[in-house]
Amino acid sequence: MEDGLELAPTVEGPYSKIKFSRKRLTPWLFVAPCLIIILLVTIFPTIYSLGLSFTRWEIALPDKPFIGLGNYIQLFQDSRFTHSILVTAIVVVVGVSVELALGFGLAQTLVAEMRGKRIIVAALLLPVMVMPVVVGYTWRLLWDAQYGPINQIIGWIIGRPFHYTWLAKPPTAIFAILVTEIWQWTPFMFLVFLSGLSTLDPELFEAADIDGASGWEKFYHLTIPLMRPILIVAVLIRGLDALKFFDIIFTLTGGGPGNSTETISFYIYQTGYQFFRLGYGAAASFVLLIALVIILTYLLKLFRATSE
Amino acid sequence: MSPRTRKMVFQILRYVVALTALVFFLFPIMWIILTAFKTGDEFLRSPPVWFPRTPTLRSFAHVIETGGLKTLKNSLIISTSATLLSLIVGSLAGYGLARYKVGGDNLPFFILSQRFMPPAAVIFPFLLVFKTLKWVDTYQALIVVYLTFNLPYAVWMMRGFFMEIPIEIEESALVDGCSPFGAFWRVALPLVTPGLVATGVFCFIFSWSEFFFAVTLTRTDAVTLSVQLANFFGKMMVMWGEVGAMSVMAMLPLFLMSFVVQRYLVRGLTMGAVK
Repeated sequence: MEDGLELAPTVEGPYSKIKFSRKRLTPWLFVAPCLIIILLVTIFPTIYSLGLSFTRWEIALPDKPFIGLGNYIQLFQDSRFTHSILVTAIVVVVGVSVELALGFGLAQTLVAEMRGKRIIVAALLLPVMVMPVVVGYTWRLLWDAQYGPINQIIGWIIGRPFHYTWLAKPPTAIFAILVTEIWQWTPFMFLVFLSGLSTLDPELFEAADIDGASGWEKFYHLTIPLMRPILIVAVLIRGLDALKFFDIIFTLTGGGPGNSTETISFYIYQTGYQFFRLGYGAAASFVLLIALVIILTYLLKLFRATSE
Repeated sequence: MSPRTRKMVFQILRYVVALTALVFFLFPIMWIILTAFKTGDEFLRSPPVWFPRTPTLRSFAHVIETGGLKTLKNSLIISTSATLLSLIVGSLAGYGLARYKVGGDNLPFFILSQRFMPPAAVIFPFLLVFKTLKWVDTYQALIVVYLTFNLPYAVWMMRGFFMEIPIEIEESALVDGCSPFGAFWRVALPLVTPGLVATGVFCFIFSWSEFFFAVTLTRTDAVTLSVQLANFFGKMMVMWGEVGAMSVMAMLPLFLMSFVVQRYLVRGLTMGAVK
């Protein structure tokens, strides 16, 4: 080993070309198990699912007739499905924007040294580590009209007992979902931005001070442009994950009241598990997949730009 | 205001913000932990009681009586197996991508893109295939699914860690007659141990917390913690004490693990895009 280390510089060029050559078969052996698993367990089912989406596959039907785009046409006439797209969009757009703003604000506030900073940061991160199912049930209890502390605290503030059933009315149910999502994922944004902000070069800011820049000018002309790649990456990771939003809906509202808080993933689950309409559900899942691919293509472009 | 008082006011404001944030982000966690130790009379009282007068372990006992340990065992077996398999397959592929540039620039991004696959998009074929194989409600079904859904993450993270270690040590090992696999196993892998641990912890957290596949692919035998939690949420009444106790059992291991990988948290959560 030691000899090898000394040998390395003299032979580096030719040997590295031969030994780490990409033409040989060996390199593919490293990647093969991974590719086989991905192809077998995700690509194949995706194609199968596409086929499924062109049939009327229902548990009660003896055969599964091919109906072409029938499921897709029916989907976009299905107000329950279009509503689930709207709910998903609200979670992605409103939820992620608020997380971005709050997370950035918190990171800006806490980036400078302060007493107990390490403990504060570690404590603020805990929500990210909590199982989403636990998060959903915990907030269900917090919002509870009778046993929840939220109504109790509001009652203290307004000076009389308050028993609002937050989860029983669509607007406040959506609000409760957003608060829950924001509670869990703002710490993620905070952590990412905190680490981004602490790597910014202080000399740039000192130079701006000398030029007499105001706090706002420094923020707008230095912090934001320097942080842009990190902002984009964080927003896209969160946005793509929020597109799959399911656990919180299942546990917090169960899609209710009525069907008013169903997301796309939740609706797909319902078509399969409540109505056993796999063909229809598969079509819905393809719409979700296409939306994802569009956003993902954009993400990958940015990833390439920022990670190299 | 003099600059000095201004600075002091500013400093106080920062603590106020930090304190407000701490209250908001820790209150729900504190509430569910307290609920686990309340008596039935306390968590079903209006207005709610904040602190249990005589903390009780009754809810934990009931969770265990109703099969809680079995689901804990199921979650441990499934998450650990999926994590180990993800690390083996993932670090092999990550190494291939980092050192041999297999598949050029596109393959790594193709693999990364799989990380965002929505579970709802593949659930029906999974269900049909697992029904045929008689795998519904078995460990292997969830292990295979979690392995696949962790893999893109594991590959991408390990690729990043391998790219950071100097190539020269492996090259000299190869010159000394070491096989390509030997260079990976005996030289490169020991050098990325911290990265391997961090990646493993994240894979474990994902598998442990997963709900969509667990609720669709298990019935009674292979039920995981997350599904068992939903079971306590009955149609007629909610067993809040049990929900609390089970939540504590589900949360604590992950809290401990997050401290272990504190240094890699940002990197782990952003897939290496932010270090």
